[in-house]
Amino acid sequence: MLARLALVATISLAAFAAEAQTPRKGGTIRYTAPYGSTFANMDIHTSNRTQDELWAKAIHRQLYNWDSVANKPVPELATSVTASADGMTHTFKLRQDAYFHHGRQLKADDVIYTFTRIMSPKVAYPGSRYVRDIKGAEAYQKGEAKTIEGLKKIDDFTVEITFKEKIEPGFGFMNSYLSIYPADEAEKESFQAKPIGLGPFKFTEYVPGSRMAGERWEKFYKPGKPYADRFVISIMGEAAARDVAFRNREIDASILGPAQYVAYKADANLSKNILEVAEVFTRNMGMNPTFKPFADKRVRQAINHAIDTDLIIKRLVRDKAFRATSWLPTSSPAYDETLKPYAFDPDKAKKLLTEAGYADGFEFEWTASANESWGVPIVEAVIPMLARVGIKVKIKPVEGTVLSEVVRKGEYQAYIWSNTSGPDPYAALKCFHSKTPQNACNYVLYNNPQVDKLLDEAGATDDQGKRIAALKQVNRILQEDAPVWFFNYNKAVMAYQPWLHGLQANATELAIQYYEDLWVDETSPAK
Amino acid sequence: MLAYLARRLIQTIPILLAVAGVIFILFSVIPGSFASSLGDDGKAVLDADVMARMNRELGLSDPLHVRFARYVGQLAQFDLGSSFRTRQPVTGVIAERLWPSAQLAIASMLFAIVVGVPLGFLAAMRPGSLLDSVSMVAAVSGLSLPKFWLGLMLMYLFALKLGWFPSFGYGDGGLKHLVLPAVALGVSPLALLARTTRASVLEIMNADFVRTARSKGMSESRVVRWHLTRNALVIVLTTVGLQFGSVIGQAVVVEKLFSWPGLGSLLVDSVSLRDIPVVQGCILTIVLIFLVINLVVDVLCAMIDPRIKYT
Repeated sequence: MLARLALVATISLAAFAAEAQTPRKGGTIRYTAPYGSTFANMDIHTSNRTQDELWAKAIHRQLYNWDSVANKPVPELATSVTASADGMTHTFKLRQDAYFHHGRQLKADDVIYTFTRIMSPKVAYPGSRYVRDIKGAEAYQKGEAKTIEGLKKIDDFTVEITFKEKIEPGFGFMNSYLSIYPADEAEKESFQAKPIGLGPFKFTEYVPGSRMAGERWEKFYKPGKPYADRFVISIMGEAAARDVAFRNREIDASILGPAQYVAYKADANLSKNILEVAEVFTRNMGMNPTFKPFADKRVRQAINHAIDTDLIIKRLVRDKAFRATSWLPTSSPAYDETLKPYAFDPDKAKKLLTEAGYADGFEFEWTASANESWGVPIVEAVIPMLARVGIKVKIKPVEGTVLSEVVRKGEYQAYIWSNTSGPDPYAALKCFHSKTPQNACNYVLYNNPQVDKLLDEAGATDDQGKRIAALKQVNRILQEDAPVWFFNYNKAVMAYQPWLHGLQANATELAIQYYEDLWVDETSPAK
Repeated sequence: MLAYLARRLIQTIPILLAVAGVIFILFSVIPGSFASSLGDDGKAVLDADVMARMNRELGLSDPLHVRFARYVGQLAQFDLGSSFRTRQPVTGVIAERLWPSAQLAIASMLFAIVVGVPLGFLAAMRPGSLLDSVSMVAAVSGLSLPKFWLGLMLMYLFALKLGWFPSFGYGDGGLKHLVLPAVALGVSPLALLARTTRASVLEIMNADFVRTARSKGMSESRVVRWHLTRNALVIVLTTVGLQFGSVIGQAVVVEKLFSWPGLGSLLVDSVSLRDIPVVQGCILTIVLIFLVINLVVDVLCAMIDPRIKYT
């Protein structure tokens, strides 16, 4: 609770500082893309990686955006969204002041074109995961229909979307890889090199592997925004290089890792400008129930008791995380503050193992990537703790790409990963529905009829209170069943320069910012 | 000479084919795919249906022999295929990274040659002197310094403390942004060149023809210019050639550290994203560059030293 209060205080102070001054027009925002590799390409529909979302938020816009204050998706390109009584049909009244960067007004045809493109029978776009929920989308993709039945143009500025089932479209449609493209431009070859969108900045330059830049779009639909004349996003995967560049005032913001977090907090100047947020990621060790010991709930609970999670968070993660109690993170609307985490209790762990028939312990293979916050370094710290209760661990180090593949295929005994656990608590918990396939997100083959029933009820009800109550109950059952070792919820930390203002505490991913709200004061060294 | 050149060029074909085959098999057996790389951050894990469709679209669902036949067929037409990531022809993807890579390689080798060769020469001319000892200790240190660490130290000193250069980035492709990555990359070949030059000069200084020249009364400056330099140059040139090819491959760490948009960072990104056509294209390009540079060096050696005959 104290940690949450501290977090709120930090965010509030940052927000207050930003609001206390009048935004200055002009200048350059020098942002960084910290997640390793170069951008995939300039067609955001082809990539669902966070790294690519960072540039897409400058150039493109979607039907919805994430509202960091309200903590929910809100309509962005629509002035109103009305749902039918059965919740299946949503009518979007598009804003009439939105213009693409080549000067043409946003029309209903562009929305229909975009979703039809994403369901292309020839190209597999990641966003088809969400567009597939529209009635007739799958038939179109299979070549059984010429258009998507559920997409209907009412007039130039009104689109009606009918879904296959009752759905809250905002959580899916806010993703950058569902950005609305201009129907007349997107098919041109030039679009792949020079993207045209509805975002606050016009594309000017992309140097693959190094940077991307844009300039203010004067006809952006939010009056007076963006504030900055230009933005530059530098691709900087190396944390140490980012650190030097930040201290050298060459970049305006930098995502911090655990080691830097400690150093920045200890520095009298740097500590003044740190933004922290509890992101919607749950770090966990998934246990495969097809591996005999892990089929027993008592063994899984024993593992949760055997690990001194608080110690690992303090020493290895350097307090750059919140202790996990169950699956849903602190920023989730269904987070249960009354839940207490598993206590570090090796004796209880031994007792549970004995009851389960593993008094002499057992050995398992733990698949892990090299990630410093949820990879091999963490596993190495846990090994002696598990050894104390008789459990031996063999580490199987793999690349991130391989981890993703072996977990989906169930080719593991245990794995450690950071998985999304929001922002929609229903979608996050639906991964534990027995009908959710392992290769979708039920990686631990979780199966509990009571959870299935509660999730079905939560999906069917219109009563938000009942929905949240049902989801909280699922979260409690999950804690009891312990399909994973509940490690931590990520605390994302960003250091920013004193001249940068308007940052938002985005719980879905702190690095994703809405650039139109950012501004730099006159002390910025960049022109 | 022309027959020799033609034969060397023809010899590159089986080498390239062997490299292509090894890369293809290697990336066909290691786990992970482009589709699975899209979900490795655990955030927006790719839907299973999308993944299967993506694998089909990219031809990854086909049996290994079908994919290999297709790949060889494309290669025969000088077609490296299309990038999984950018969906553009691989040749174009590589072409846009070649110039930054060439800039970095040329600058780092220029730095290595301009500093390393004279240093080695001077050390050899005064064996056992303070200059010799210091320069050779520095050379050994240069060879053993990890590039990542050295790059960070250069950033810290010359960007953060002295403010002489930017710490990262490509800028407008000018010298200001090039200096630090080039030095970080060039220190290792510099050290090797200094040691090689020193060793070869020392060896030549004791050769019979040098002693004869001196005994005939030839001035020391002429001995150095006509005998030492020309003879040492053959060994130095061979080392330069080998190092030039190597720095393009070794630039991986430096390019990532300095956000330099070269072939090395493209290769690393493509491996982690399992963009197999680009990985194959990058490695083939690096191998080709290496072979061409060595061919050029062989020709230059023959021009410098008339004793070398190519038949």
